[in-house]
Amino acid sequence: MSDIPSQLRYSDAHDWISIEENGRARIGISDHAQQELGDLVYVELPTIGDEFSQGDSCAVVESVKAASDIYTPVSGKVTAINEDLDADPSIINSDPYGGGWLFEIELSDDSELGGLLDAEAYTALLDV
Amino acid sequence: MPKRTSLFDAHVTANARMVDFGGWDMPINYGSQIEEHHAVRQGAGMFDVSHMTVVDIQGPRSRGFLSYLLANDVAKLKTPGRALYSCMLNEQGGVLDDLITYYLDESCFRLVVNAATREKDLGWIELQAQAFDIAVLERSELAMIAIQGPLARQVVLDWLPGDQVSEVEELRPFCAAQLGELFIARTGYTGEDGFEVSLSPELATIFWNYCLDAGVAPCGLGARDTLRLEAGMNLYTQDMDEHVTPLESGLSWTVALDDERAFIGRDALQQQIVAGIDRKLVGLVLQGRGVLRPGQRVVTTSGDGVITSGSFSPTLQRAVGLARIPQKAMHNCQVDIRDKLFDCNIVRPPFVRNGGVCEGIL
Repeated sequence: MSDIPSQLRYSDAHDWISIEENGRARIGISDHAQQELGDLVYVELPTIGDEFSQGDSCAVVESVKAASDIYTPVSGKVTAINEDLDADPSIINSDPYGGGWLFEIELSDDSELGGLLDAEAYTALLDV
Repeated sequence: MPKRTSLFDAHVTANARMVDFGGWDMPINYGSQIEEHHAVRQGAGMFDVSHMTVVDIQGPRSRGFLSYLLANDVAKLKTPGRALYSCMLNEQGGVLDDLITYYLDESCFRLVVNAATREKDLGWIELQAQAFDIAVLERSELAMIAIQGPLARQVVLDWLPGDQVSEVEELRPFCAAQLGELFIARTGYTGEDGFEVSLSPELATIFWNYCLDAGVAPCGLGARDTLRLEAGMNLYTQDMDEHVTPLESGLSWTVALDDERAFIGRDALQQQIVAGIDRKLVGLVLQGRGVLRPGQRVVTTSGDGVITSGSFSPTLQRAVGLARIPQKAMHNCQVDIRDKLFDCNIVRPPFVRNGGVCEGIL
């Protein structure tokens, strides 16, 4: 069973999105995604200042098994990246919703948040 | 619906993630494949390999048949119990499969071939057997468990009845013994010491549970792949197939051409030697961060090659791979990962043996 915190939003590509106090979106991969990928061994993150549109490939996470592109679920400018993952990508496995976050984005279009899934809808997606 | 081994319930109980592998529902991991990998390098791990195809070749002409069927020479099998690794080739010298032959007695040799190639192999073996008066008997009723790692042998010795211990204790690497209904071979696919045990499904479950209680880590296909890659062992379909010969697959040492023995594929191999072997299978070690994957392009000063197996090596803590590259390429190359070139060292596998990194790898 995978953990799906109720306060987060999700994409159908198994990313999670949380809106931080500063209004920026923090993005990571869901517990389900890390379980599917298995042990993470390498992460390629965007550069601070990069601008992306919703759906752009902006990061890569690699497990022993496979490489997986991360497509940003929201448009905007990258304001922070999780540099701890450089030394230890397995944080994503052990703490996908906490220490395993990937990057933060300053939203350029708040309305995109409305298209994301809530925990209930994401749970339903996994049950299909 | 994929087939299940007799240990399926044991896998589910141990929280395995199951995948379809060559028509079999097999465990890919039981949580963390890296932890399973380390367990085999540092302690003991076990793999359900019951999906492997076991075929007994029976009859007085068995040795003559295998001498013709295989690229390695079964004449090297002088004492019962000895094992031999070999490729089985087609007439073009292409690799139909790789397998291990166990010499049980003069009228019975046991072959262990890959699961995914079962039907092709059986068809080929039966076709070639028509000219020989031998029987080809598949032993699909047998379960098989590989128990590997520096502590693996002791676990098996502790489990055996007292009167069987000394024979198994004395087994040398690449040797096997039949003890009642147990067939125990000191072979494996990890680069570690250990045994591969063939036994009845009932006994397999008992043995599996005994090993679990003894602290042996159940390991899935994920760890099996990184372990064999570190050990520099080829995986059929990935590192070789019908379109390449053993001579361009790092397996020249398994091809016995010293005498005049006729075997399938020999003429093609000798023609290739005369014409020159353009490609070779080598090891690569990525110098920076990232992960090598099958299919990535390898750029050398002598032309391009391709990665056939690649992953992250838990022991080396960096990416390693096997690659087929131009024969003349030496020392260094670059690998194209998502349209960027990364430096790699060209090395001679294995990368890891008996828990330690091999000389010249790092």
